[in-house]
Amino acid sequence: MTIPVSLVINGKTQAFDVGAHHVVADVLRERFGLTGCKVGCDQGVCGACTVLVDGAPVTGCATFMFAVDGREVTTIEGLGLDGALSPVQQAFLAAGAFQCGFCTAGMILSVTALLLRDRDPDEATIRQWLAGNICRCTGYNAIVEAVRRAARQVAEAS
Amino acid sequence: MKHHDIMPAGQVGRSVPRLEGRQKVTGRAAYTHNLVLPGMLHAKVFRSTIPHGRILSIDTSAAAAVEGVHRVVTGEDLRAIVAEPYFGPAFHDQPALALDKVRHIGEPVAVVLAEDPYIAAEAARLIVATYEELDAVFDEVEAMTSSAIVHDVLKPAGTFPDLKHLVGKRDTNIALDYQLRRGDVDAAFASADHVYEHEFKSQQVMHTPLEPMVSLAAPDGDGLLIHTASQSPSFVRIEIARLLGWPENRVRVKVPYLGGGFGAKLYIKLEALVAILALMVKRPVKLSLTMEEQFFTITKHACTFRIKSAVSSEGRVTGRRCEVYWNGGAYADIGPRVTQKSGFTAPGPYDIENVSIDSYALYTNRPPAGALRGFGIPQLVWAYESHSDMIARDLGLDPVEFRRKNILREGRPHATGTLMHDAEIEGVLEKIAERMNWSAPFDRGEGHIKRGRGIAIAFKASISPTTSVAIVTIAADGCASLAISTVDMGQASDTAMAQILAEVLGLATEDIKVIHPDTDVTPYDMATLGSRSTFHMGHAVRLAGEHARRQLDELAVSLGYAPGAAYAPRDLFKKKYGMQAGNIVGVGSYIPDYTSPAPKTGLSDNITPFWMIGGTGVEIEIDTQTGAIKVLKLINAADLGLPLNPKIVETQLSGAALMQYGFTLFENMLFDEGQLTNGSLADYKIPGLNDIPPVIENHIVDARQTTGPFGAKGVGESATFGVSPAIANAIHDAVGVRLTELPLTPESIFNALRAAKSQAGKA
Repeated sequence: MTIPVSLVINGKTQAFDVGAHHVVADVLRERFGLTGCKVGCDQGVCGACTVLVDGAPVTGCATFMFAVDGREVTTIEGLGLDGALSPVQQAFLAAGAFQCGFCTAGMILSVTALLLRDRDPDEATIRQWLAGNICRCTGYNAIVEAVRRAARQVAEAS
Repeated sequence: MKHHDIMPAGQVGRSVPRLEGRQKVTGRAAYTHNLVLPGMLHAKVFRSTIPHGRILSIDTSAAAAVEGVHRVVTGEDLRAIVAEPYFGPAFHDQPALALDKVRHIGEPVAVVLAEDPYIAAEAARLIVATYEELDAVFDEVEAMTSSAIVHDVLKPAGTFPDLKHLVGKRDTNIALDYQLRRGDVDAAFASADHVYEHEFKSQQVMHTPLEPMVSLAAPDGDGLLIHTASQSPSFVRIEIARLLGWPENRVRVKVPYLGGGFGAKLYIKLEALVAILALMVKRPVKLSLTMEEQFFTITKHACTFRIKSAVSSEGRVTGRRCEVYWNGGAYADIGPRVTQKSGFTAPGPYDIENVSIDSYALYTNRPPAGALRGFGIPQLVWAYESHSDMIARDLGLDPVEFRRKNILREGRPHATGTLMHDAEIEGVLEKIAERMNWSAPFDRGEGHIKRGRGIAIAFKASISPTTSVAIVTIAADGCASLAISTVDMGQASDTAMAQILAEVLGLATEDIKVIHPDTDVTPYDMATLGSRSTFHMGHAVRLAGEHARRQLDELAVSLGYAPGAAYAPRDLFKKKYGMQAGNIVGVGSYIPDYTSPAPKTGLSDNITPFWMIGGTGVEIEIDTQTGAIKVLKLINAADLGLPLNPKIVETQLSGAALMQYGFTLFENMLFDEGQLTNGSLADYKIPGLNDIPPVIENHIVDARQTTGPFGAKGVGESATFGVSPAIANAIHDAVGVRLTELPLTPESIFNALRAAKSQAGKA
């Protein structure tokens, strides 16, 4: 069974048919080549597949594509303008907040969503917000530093 | 000596940002996970549901009948391509798909190929296998004497001389028995003031790289191209060529970035199966494991360690007997190497006259175990550093002071007889003590919240002998490319190797291009494992750079420059060839000196090219009403020589420590009669941001590896070593109970508190 959907992906309207069993991560990766979205645990636990739906973080591996019909989806490829990095991307780069990089896109999108809601998150908020994004490599210190750095950058820019 | 004395160009020792950083923050870095080839089929594996049995039948008809299924393949079908499809680095014991027997739940039995991965997965569920069940053995100590025999006959690979005596051996689960004898340990026990004997157990855990294992093979002319998330492309090529009876050059192995490895993606895992399938169906075949399937593929050894020490009344350890039983699961993988190469460090970083070690690799009917960030060391340290504290406390000695009395110091012989050099055991111990403010009064909490602190120190020998080769190509405009088979799985080897080459050639690190493993292009490297790359490949890269540099110097002289005069490489090429043309190619090959341990005694005067030293200090808090434990402070220190890139080294330290932190406090593969009951990240919890200590410190101890490239050595594992015993020692310090089995859960703490209370009530 296929279902027609129409939604905005990284600022561009896309209309297409999807199978009822197709999840957001698979469609983004296979149909649109948006492979920044990674599938780790495939159970909505690790957060590697995090994308933004209307600005809120969603696990792409555990969300059916038909469920985001009419919404606005942002992936890591949709951050930044004209090849420039977004403030969160810049902060992750500057803080060295990654090693293997597999969780990084999901992590950056989660932080982006956090800063959309809270311009100046405290440490407890950062930890709570990112608890759903697992990193097996870094030990997290650099990630928390990146969030603080991004928050400063956003504050300075506004 | 200061950094700049030996690193005048300033490329090495600088916190250069990762070369691939921009690719990773934009989601554009390449992983095998992302790879799609035209005409590609997806493979889905059907797995054994019993721990041990003979295969009676496999009915694939319903799966084959599903629309969209290309083919269903069993182990017997593979024989059309490879008559004996058994692989492995130490033993050729693992079939690409089960043949005759299954040896653990989750073992691959058949595989479905389809263009649509959903269809492959659906069809795989329709396969039915029947078995004659056999008795199974799950415990490593029981496996020593069990009548359940996992492999009818042992099949060592023959590449290792110390495994030759095992060829053709029957009716045993012992895949390797390593022993070391030094001095007279029985006499030491007989004359000792005190004798202590304890047993410790480590549980089976999994690496859980976030990019699950994935391999893709495609026919390529008369050869085979394998794209794989592997830590050892050179080994994959050699092993696939062996299976197919081909020369190495018909097998091409390519590896992009890895989404984590930690030892899970070493040697050969999925590659044999996809290689045979691709040749069978003459199309590209991709096998992507799920997170759950990874738990069936490779794990960290569960381990039982019995340790016994002779100690003088002053607190000097005079003798130590170690019996270590490694639960290798159903296939040897690299377990026999863990048994020996880590086994000889079982007595710990201590100066002990009389030592006896017996270390056994055992087959059981559990998922296979192999290398995991530390290569067996964390299991050993868990025992010997808990044991250290138990001795110290019984003798009324301060745990730091007890260690000061016993540590191996510069120039003293290790148990193997190798003299210790460039091993800052003391430096690590003192750094931890200093950062813990050890000699100052400590707040022990109040009411039902008790506080405690603990330390542990440890060492690891680099696995030897291993080889690395590097090729540097200088282009006619003077820029350099570096071809190496080291795999960047997050440790930043691309950056570190570029720094070394830049230092030698006088270029900027950022201008070096590192060519990722492609066995048609990049030369041999033993593997990216055991924190060996910085030292071994680092030397190979240095040598390749020096080779290129020499040729440039000679070219300059031949073109009329005065010897030693400055030149721009691009001018040399232009002058020589009349235009921007030509290359200079530098080659470096490195293998350190090494003496194999003597067969009966295990002794060697040169057992390793370098030692890695790591230590941990923790402060914890326990709620005695619930057993809940909070680690308030985690201090990591390591001797890694001079850091090539301090910032990256720091994430290596914190990442390693946090990984072992999960293995210490909650990670645990739970089994019910061989059936894993928590094989997913929903049920098997790994540390998230809410789980980690509020304070984590990482310290690089002042040291220099005199034999290392630019004074450096490996660092990827060192911060794992001490975490488990440091926390157990802190628990004892806080509430007076001693836990001897990992993980250290609130439940186990609570039960130990209750047991202690009822014991006290009886007394």
